[in-house]
Amino acid sequence: MSAQGMRGARDAGGTRRLAVVSAGLRQPSTTRLLADRLAKATVVALGELGVQTQVDVVEVREHGHDLTNMLATGFASESLEKAIETVVSADGLIAVTPIFSGSYTGPFKTFFDVIDDGALAGMPVLLGATAGTARHSLAIDHAMRPLFAYLRALVVPTGVFGATEDFGSADRRSVGSTDGSADGVPPIAVRVDRAARELAPLVAGRKARERTDPFSDPTPFERLLAGGS
Amino acid sequence: MQFGVFTVSDLTQDPTTGRIPTEQERIRAAIAIAKKSEEVGLDVFALGEHHNPPFFSSSPTTTLAYIAAQTERIVLSTATTLITTNDPVKIAEDYAMLQHLAGGRVDLMMGRGNTGPVYPWFGQDIRNGIPLAIENYALLHRLWREDVVDWQGKFRTPLQSFTSTPRPLDGVPPFVWHGSIRSPEIAEQAAYYGDGFFHNNIFWPIHHTRQMVRLYRQRFEHYGHGSADQAIVGLGGQVFMHKNSQEAVRRFRPYFDVAPVYGHGPSLEEFSEMTPLTVGSPQQVIDRYASMRDEVGDYQRQLFLIDHAGLPLETVLEQIEILGTEVVPVLRKELAVGRPAHVPDAPTHASLVAKAGGPVDATVYSVDGVTGRRAEEVQA
Repeated sequence: MSAQGMRGARDAGGTRRLAVVSAGLRQPSTTRLLADRLAKATVVALGELGVQTQVDVVEVREHGHDLTNMLATGFASESLEKAIETVVSADGLIAVTPIFSGSYTGPFKTFFDVIDDGALAGMPVLLGATAGTARHSLAIDHAMRPLFAYLRALVVPTGVFGATEDFGSADRRSVGSTDGSADGVPPIAVRVDRAARELAPLVAGRKARERTDPFSDPTPFERLLAGGS
Repeated sequence: MQFGVFTVSDLTQDPTTGRIPTEQERIRAAIAIAKKSEEVGLDVFALGEHHNPPFFSSSPTTTLAYIAAQTERIVLSTATTLITTNDPVKIAEDYAMLQHLAGGRVDLMMGRGNTGPVYPWFGQDIRNGIPLAIENYALLHRLWREDVVDWQGKFRTPLQSFTSTPRPLDGVPPFVWHGSIRSPEIAEQAAYYGDGFFHNNIFWPIHHTRQMVRLYRQRFEHYGHGSADQAIVGLGGQVFMHKNSQEAVRRFRPYFDVAPVYGHGPSLEEFSEMTPLTVGSPQQVIDRYASMRDEVGDYQRQLFLIDHAGLPLETVLEQIEILGTEVVPVLRKELAVGRPAHVPDAPTHASLVAKAGGPVDATVYSVDGVTGRRAEEVQA
């Protein structure tokens, strides 16, 4: 698939493409549940800005073998290549992982490891994470945020962490929450909504990017000979 | 169309017996592989270059000269010659010398080498891989075409009035292929000079090979060397054969599963689907490789990796036997069908000499340091 083709397909008039990377491992997955809520809220927020949104979900688990194989062989299978292209050609990204041992899971990291350098530079990103206990909640800021800083992505200030108690508490309140559950709205929904409203204008305002294809537009040899690249 | 084998000269444990060959055994095996390849009618034997264990081939011209002395017909090539870490002056000298000894049976394939630690051993830095390949080859290209070279670049000491000896046999430099898997700059380089482009696709999906070759062909035409379908293309390949295809899979799987580079990764079945690896009957190999031109166009050279991953010599020789007697003769016939007359064969020394209008003795005697004139000019 040609990168230019993907880019050309983007409708400048008011449609954006949102990629969702979900690294949940179970069925049903709390991680996917959170990812879907974040995507839905972002679509609503973009709608309020007059922008239509197409959402494409990448389930990292489905590419588990291919990711390991790519580390061994150096090239991506066709389906993994398609998944990577889905992410790097999007106008915005929602990335959600379970937290294991204080950080993102291995497969989540591997997925971002095999993406080309610079491919996510400037990409508006919303981070989410899930875990069994709220004691992991800083993993978004201490583990995920540095990863996306390295990738030079544009990460919104609100990261949404969901612990079991956020989804399971009978009174629909988060334990220890301080973010305004007095009106009966569950705090996680408040955070999801705030994060989506932070992401939406960045996605809406993203200019179509020019990506040059080195296979159809090579550097002329005279320039290479002169020490250029 | 040329068919041949290449070896990367690895010393790998045979996973079925636990045996690791000695350097002496593997060096002797390379000679045996080359001789067997000639015996069964293959066209090319190509030898890799490495400067670190577990490989033996640090000095390919020594090995190839020895093989040249024991063979008559087979073309001797490299896979690859490190254009980044070798001094281009030494490449010019060594391969010109080899060409004289081999009577015109030598060509070369340039490659950068992707082993980071090797570069500093030769005073270089892998981060300069592409600029090194470009500058060094530009110098090498001149050293084989100009008797006296003044030169200055970034990566080696300048040359003043330098003459690389011996001068190319019959006044014609060896044909050069440029090998690269991922770098469009190298396809561009090959196209610029009108040299050959070799895509060693043994570990890569064909759609990637297709776009690299397409780029090379378009740029070959752009630089005025002929039409795109006249560009000189080579491909890698990897096969293991037995008359019973299930037996081929059964025998090769233990080597595949733990092979350097791709072992412990995809399954043999997945890898066979994604790359040109074909494990099966000779007919399956014929069918697979007869279809490669559908992806890259009619091409000039097909080399097979046949001896890696710890396969014992006797097995390798059996494989070469099958390749030479059952597979290649059929492929030659099938690939000749529908091949346009204007698509050239791979250049050889003989064809390049003919193109240049016949052989010329290019000997340079001494050059006078004051007048810059050569001894023979002074005497004339």
